[in-house]
Amino acid sequence: MFNVSNLSVSYGQSEVIHGIDFSVRDNEILAIMGRNGMGKTTLFKSLIGILPCKPGASIKLHDTELSQLPSHKRVAHGLAFVPQGRMIFPTLSVLDNIRTGLRTRDGTIPEEIFALFPVLFDMRHRKGGNLSGGQQQQLAIARALVTNPKVLLLDEPTEGIQPSIIKDLARVLKEIRKMRNLAIVVSEQVLSFALDIADRLLVVEKGRIVDEMEREQADMHKLGAYLSV
Amino acid sequence: MEGISISEFGSILMMQGFNGLSVFSVLLLMALGLAIIFGQMGVINMAHGEFLTIGAYTTFVFSYLTQTYFPSLMSTYFLFAIVGAFIFAGLVGLLVEWLLIRHLYKRPLDSLLATWGLSLIMQQIFRSTFGAKEVSATLPDWLMGSWQPTDTIDIPLNGLFVMGLTIVLTCLVGLFMYRSRLGLKMRATTQNRVMAGAVGINTAMVDRMTFVLGCGIAGVAGAAFTTIGSTGPTSGSLYIVDAFLTVVFGGAQSLLGTLASAFTIAQTNSTLEFFMTGSMAKVITLLSIIAILMMRPEGLFSIKVRK
Repeated sequence: MFNVSNLSVSYGQSEVIHGIDFSVRDNEILAIMGRNGMGKTTLFKSLIGILPCKPGASIKLHDTELSQLPSHKRVAHGLAFVPQGRMIFPTLSVLDNIRTGLRTRDGTIPEEIFALFPVLFDMRHRKGGNLSGGQQQQLAIARALVTNPKVLLLDEPTEGIQPSIIKDLARVLKEIRKMRNLAIVVSEQVLSFALDIADRLLVVEKGRIVDEMEREQADMHKLGAYLSV
Repeated sequence: MEGISISEFGSILMMQGFNGLSVFSVLLLMALGLAIIFGQMGVINMAHGEFLTIGAYTTFVFSYLTQTYFPSLMSTYFLFAIVGAFIFAGLVGLLVEWLLIRHLYKRPLDSLLATWGLSLIMQQIFRSTFGAKEVSATLPDWLMGSWQPTDTIDIPLNGLFVMGLTIVLTCLVGLFMYRSRLGLKMRATTQNRVMAGAVGINTAMVDRMTFVLGCGIAGVAGAAFTTIGSTGPTSGSLYIVDAFLTVVFGGAQSLLGTLASAFTIAQTNSTLEFFMTGSMAKVITLLSIIAILMMRPEGLFSIKVRK
């Protein structure tokens, strides 16, 4: 459903992602594993259109070619992005933060958002910047969800979040998938989290995909070796 | 100060204070547009004063046409002129953004120089079109004269009108920024342009609308300006420094700050002007602003959140 092929990304002269191919099936959760500096964030930024990809690349969602479109058009076609470090709008209220993703005119936020994230309802009039890290992560996911995505991209959602909240996050992501019938692509370093939610795992090293496995056949030792420094 | 009784002194203070309020009004209208453009987009628009001049000349042209062709409408033309000034200045803003500004978003110094050049070009265009001599719009009768609450206090009606206009426009801008969808998109784009794009906001469009709105407000400031002064090719550029000062002093991105700082600057300046020369008043105002900015570099009102 979501197909990426021959995707290369470079900063100036130095190429960081070297011709990556992968595809995501309907309703699938795909985890992209890799250590720091292996190109996960670069990959995600080029998928959403913050970084340009090199000519010859293709990013297809259903039958729409997205690779040459600006970010906001990719979002309109059904891609949504939760960046590393959350990047919520710090001086906007929680409600306004969520509304930035809404495309309807009236600005009412769907009730299911607050059913998923009750804490956001309690905090709805606070400024986004005054929320804790875990709450900000929920806010960033809520903001992405109201765009009604077909594919949700999450870049290291567990970074800087305490273990008990990480478990919550895994539960919420699975619930979202069931509720919205969407595919999720998540980049991750925490193996337990990835094994908890993902159907399939890819391993990225030095800008290439070096391994791919279904969760059932995941070899903990091998994966651990990829992730250890 | 000998020979002035307490009550007369009070009246002087009142009237100077009111004078300050008129200056405050034009300054605020000018700074509002600038605060939106500078605060939201980070573009230092040196040609902002010329958009005020466009508004002022638009009003003049409206007044001239009305007087020549529809003299019976003289009493109401001014209201149409305000709308016309907004639209015309906004349209020129649209053209300037499309031709010039959008290519320079990531280069603040270049955009400063380019808009400065633009301001010179625009001034020359005004000079070639309307002549170097200052012109004045003919004001409708209801803007003439003054209101005398006591024997010694004399408050001009045009000043009152400008103030009213400023209050209405400030409220409208506030409502627009904090209640409308486009306002929300503007605030989101200001805070994080890249992320705003990644949640589906067309940031190029938002930038354009922001610039147009800011220029339109400057146009209205120009229309208001014609009621308290005559219009020349460089009328607007006289205000640009004060307007920038207002924006920086108030804290970019804060409408309330812009309001408070326009008030402080205009009042200090005009009250001091009565007791000393104009330039000394300016020096003292500037020195106090510099001192305050050294203590509060982010301006009077800055929103604090966890970074």
